[in-house]
Amino acid sequence: MSAASASTGRGGTLNSALFYVFLVVFVLVSVFPLVWIFKMSIVTKAELFESPPTILPNTPTAASYGTIFADPSFQKALINSTIIAGVTTVICLFFGSIAAYAIARLRFRFKSIVMTLILAISFFPAVAIIAPLFIQFRRIGIIDTYLAAIVPDVVFALPLTIWILVAFFKELPFDLEEAAKIDGATTIQAFRMVIVPLAAPGVFTTAILTFIFAWNEFLFANTFLFDDNTQPVTVVIPNFATVYTVDYGAQAAAAVVVTVPLVIMVLIFQRRIVSGLTAGAVKG
Amino acid sequence: MAQVTMEDVSKVYGEDVVAVRDMNLDIEDGEFAVFVGPSGCGKSTALRMIAGLEDISRGKVFIGDNLVNDLPPRDRDVAMVFQNYALYPHMNVRENMGFALKLRKMDKAEIGRRVDEAARILSIEHFLDRKPKALSGGQRQRVALGRAIVREPKAFLMDEPLSNLDAKLRVQMRTEIAKLHNRIGTTTIYVTHDQTEAMTMADRIVVLKDGIVQQVASPQQMYEHPTNVFVAGFIGSPAMNFIRARLERENGGLAVTFGSTRMLLGRELMAKAGEREDLGKYAGKEVVLGIRPEHIEDARLAEGDALISNQGDGEAANTIEVEPQVIESMGSEKYLYFGISKEHAARLESIEELTSEGGTDDGDAEGSAGGSGSADDSGDLLVARISVESEARLGQKMRLALDATKIRLFDIETEKAIL
Repeated sequence: MSAASASTGRGGTLNSALFYVFLVVFVLVSVFPLVWIFKMSIVTKAELFESPPTILPNTPTAASYGTIFADPSFQKALINSTIIAGVTTVICLFFGSIAAYAIARLRFRFKSIVMTLILAISFFPAVAIIAPLFIQFRRIGIIDTYLAAIVPDVVFALPLTIWILVAFFKELPFDLEEAAKIDGATTIQAFRMVIVPLAAPGVFTTAILTFIFAWNEFLFANTFLFDDNTQPVTVVIPNFATVYTVDYGAQAAAAVVVTVPLVIMVLIFQRRIVSGLTAGAVKG
Repeated sequence: MAQVTMEDVSKVYGEDVVAVRDMNLDIEDGEFAVFVGPSGCGKSTALRMIAGLEDISRGKVFIGDNLVNDLPPRDRDVAMVFQNYALYPHMNVRENMGFALKLRKMDKAEIGRRVDEAARILSIEHFLDRKPKALSGGQRQRVALGRAIVREPKAFLMDEPLSNLDAKLRVQMRTEIAKLHNRIGTTTIYVTHDQTEAMTMADRIVVLKDGIVQQVASPQQMYEHPTNVFVAGFIGSPAMNFIRARLERENGGLAVTFGSTRMLLGRELMAKAGEREDLGKYAGKEVVLGIRPEHIEDARLAEGDALISNQGDGEAANTIEVEPQVIESMGSEKYLYFGISKEHAARLESIEELTSEGGTDDGDAEGSAGGSGSADDSGDLLVARISVESEARLGQKMRLALDATKIRLFDIETEKAIL
């Protein structure tokens, strides 16, 4: 008995040691590319190609950032990305919250089939539909417009939006709406004064996740948008290159610029995002 | 305040799922009415139709003199207390309680006055600035009650308000709600599956089963004169015992017999039952005998007038020989569980439903169920509430005396009360 408990004790220590080793390795592997890109963005061109590379930059410089912000096409791309991701988010939230509210609240047959179908859409390989979409979009003349990116983004982001919102809405007790109605609220008042304040954190979290999804989208934008006036940053970053040279420093700086706001946003709201992704999973 | 009237009210889901069927009820102004029944009996649906949270499929509901069928909840002027409290989590207690008044655009000072008053009545003055999540279950339920009180509505509707509380708190809140009702006297409709709550709080109990009202009566009336086997088995804890027996003519009167037990129906009993002339037609037929546990006593302690002498052999005629299977000591009395021969066991459908659901037992039974696990067996066993002085021992044969003046008889087919 004592031997058994001793061995479990030792096993416990060993397990937790392994856990932390794994954790450290995992974090290093995950964070390394980001850190390295950041380092690339603040060194001189010469140092970029130094061999062997150093972990810390020898002479930090903001030259690459100067390059990209001096480039009007990058500025325009940032605006384009914001527009595409922003509009996608608004559309997804509008339709997503209506759909999710109905799914969470109403009783109807085949609800789980509907949910599965919605999810199945996001399983669809984007590459498989890109050629037919291109032909369609050219026919209706929206190639090189924001719509060409927004439409497929909405299609692929909406399932995510609906699933997360359903989980949120399910957690709102239905009784609250009824209580509000009995307290004298109209349907609109009940929605505005009780449901919206309660759902706001969930909706906000979903908005962030949807925005990130659309912001990071590359495939559709790269295929359907050829014009500087509409291309988002994900498409523009590789363009920091001339015929003969690639400006890796500028690319790194641009990558940092488009990533950092997202990272900060996620760090600030991480608690809510995690609870959003797992909402409804465990009662309590 | 107002009376609430239901006229032939039905609730039908889809084509043919009937949740409530032709319910007729007059709840007086200031009355405390309790809807009770096993889960799925339609009690909550009935309440929600009065509240306006469910459409009324057929029939009419009046609150005061107003037909409210087509009025939204907000125009019915009723307040509701929900099982899970349904407090607005983003508002503090004061805002929760004042929400309805704010919607009514009431003067702020008046809202404050009413909330303070209600908080004082419910002793929640100290929590007014807290959010619901910082309150215990009991405190939340008080806030929910407070939210109803401040409105000074025509009626309070309470949907199982105590079932989320632990047993002790439930008993305490039960008393408080009763006290509250005595104090402010608002018409109250209270839904519960707990017959103890119904018995202790109600002016009148409405027993429902399968969407149909079984009986409407005061607790005492219902306890003493249940209209059918279901009500008899549902009201009272431990539940009434049912025995398959035979009604026979004897000396110009009627007697109930099973095995060697024989009970002459006294004149008094017959008279009280309103001299049911049709009782005679059951002579020579099988009936269901109902007897409450407290009307069965250890025969040795029941000497004297409770025993009916049997001409001939030594044992009194209204006794039954049993072998105790479980004896639970409750301190003030003992519960003695015993079996009865198969031919006399009354297996009635409506009672089977109750025992399988365990709906009749509640706070009281929790102790005994935990104590000995006998609650499961007791479905087949009969129970007697005997004196603590009884020397009854497990497995040791003994005689129990049945009080022949307190028995009830039911038709074995229709399960309706015939005595």
